[in-house]
Amino acid sequence: MRAYLPAYDLQTPANLAEALRLLADAPGVWKPFAGGTDLMVLLEAGKLAHKQFISLWHLPELRGISITDDSITLGAMTTYSQVQTHPILQREFPLLCQAASWTGSVAIQNRGTIGGNIANASPAADSLPALLVYEAELELVSARGARWVSYQSFHTGYKQMAMRSDELIKAIRLPRTTNQWIQHSRKVGTRKAQAISKVCIAALAKIENNTIHDIRLAFGSVAPGPLRCVQTEAVLKSRAIDDATIKDARSALAAELTPIDDIRSTAEYRLRVAGNLLAEFLAGNGIDFHSDR
Amino acid sequence: MKINVTINGQAHEADVEPRLLLVHLIRDVVGLTGTHVGCETSICGACTVHLNGRAVKSCTVLAVQANGAEVTTIEGLANNGQLHAVQEGFWECHGLQCGYCTPGMIMASCALLKDNPNPSEGEIRHGLEGNLCRCTGYQNIVESVKYAANKLQGA
Ligand SMILES: Cc1cc2nc3c(=O)[nH]c(=O)nc-3n(C[C@H](O)[C@H](O)[C@H](O)COP(=O)(O)OP(=O)(O)OC[C@H]3O[C@@H](n4cnc5c(N)ncnc54)[C@H](O)[C@@H]3O)c2cc1C
Ligand code: FES
Ligand code: FES
Repeated sequence: MRAYLPAYDLQTPANLAEALRLLADAPGVWKPFAGGTDLMVLLEAGKLAHKQFISLWHLPELRGISITDDSITLGAMTTYSQVQTHPILQREFPLLCQAASWTGSVAIQNRGTIGGNIANASPAADSLPALLVYEAELELVSARGARWVSYQSFHTGYKQMAMRSDELIKAIRLPRTTNQWIQHSRKVGTRKAQAISKVCIAALAKIENNTIHDIRLAFGSVAPGPLRCVQTEAVLKSRAIDDATIKDARSALAAELTPIDDIRSTAEYRLRVAGNLLAEFLAGNGIDFHSDR
Repeated sequence: MKINVTINGQAHEADVEPRLLLVHLIRDVVGLTGTHVGCETSICGACTVHLNGRAVKSCTVLAVQANGAEVTTIEGLANNGQLHAVQEGFWECHGLQCGYCTPGMIMASCALLKDNPNPSEGEIRHGLEGNLCRCTGYQNIVESVKYAANKLQGA
């Protein structure tokens, strides 16, 4: 057993400005530390190169959920437990609440944060497909100021992000425009709790008279980052839900996804299951659906 | 770094290194060894304690992050020698065999019952997903929590 961690430095700034000053003075040197549910595992396994950390947990500017008529804004330090118990998130953003409920277990949900999930940038992260289909925006802050970026363009490669080394994620904004859409998500893993997804889907759609008027699809664990599947969406828009549509959707999806073999699963399995998840969603919302898909 | 942590109602001041885990503060500095360490990778739940009233895995929390906080461990549950209803449930329903997972299991169960005083079997199992037991097969743990829920509701 590794009883003690290697020595390192941890600063606990009292406010955001102080934290940003530390980052600005030595960009790339300090590693932000939120709930620690990703970092502690790496730290305890000796897999973390960083020796200097800034604790964000107590920063008041990164906490809280605020609501306007048009949007709901979550501080980056919002925990999974807070997500699941918020009435407006429950009502209008059920996919995020669902993802929060199957992240780790209760004790992890009390510490793990949405900001940490985004910045950890795992392709398998459970909340990220939901943020993609809700078309979230991120507020990034540094000593130089603040800027809003679209979450869609945030992950640029495996663990690569459009965030500079002196920046922090301050908040996540969700537009309140999808309340009337059909919402669906599902995680496939060895176990619901504490197991990392082999594949997960988040889907929103507007379907009337068996016709898909609009659709947003995102998957986890099938590409270098969480992936919004715009090409598959384009194939599906204005189509009636029938066997031919589902077949076309499967091929479009197969062309759009780039899964890999790893310790949890194989690329072939992931591709197959992603297609099945999409077919399940479409067929579940089609009328008179009776086929073997 | 100087920290002040209240553990089971008693204030403790300690000068700790940033790398000290909360679980080691509890066990090695304060000397409360009821909280167990299993995996040290946030999986097994043996180290579960309450931090400001919420269940956390104390191997995932740095001692300095608990500065100013209230911690409750298994030793803080009984009141004047009177077992907490969840402890009594584990006793009455054989919710343990070797006992390694038990302190964490009990702390997770207490947190569960605080949020949801009358949980279904499914809710109990969901609430304890983050706690692993190698002995009991979980059935008697679920029974123990049901016992405690009944007792607390009756009280
Ligand atoms: C047992 C266990 C099970 C888990 N199961 C799941 C699961 O099922 N699904 C899932 O998606 N995840 C899971 N996780 C991973 C983890 O809980 C989540 O990714 C969590 O959201 C991370 O948040 P955190 O606050 O703990 O981040 P930390 O560990 O503190 O940080 C993670 C990364 O984000 C950076 N960071 C954090 N906050 C900010 C910020 N505001 N600005 C810039 N950078 C920041 C840190 O520097 C670090 O690189 C699991 C973890 C454990 C230990
Ligand atoms: S020792 Fe903390 S979860 Fe296993
Ligand atoms: S009683 Fe032995 S591990 Fe649970």
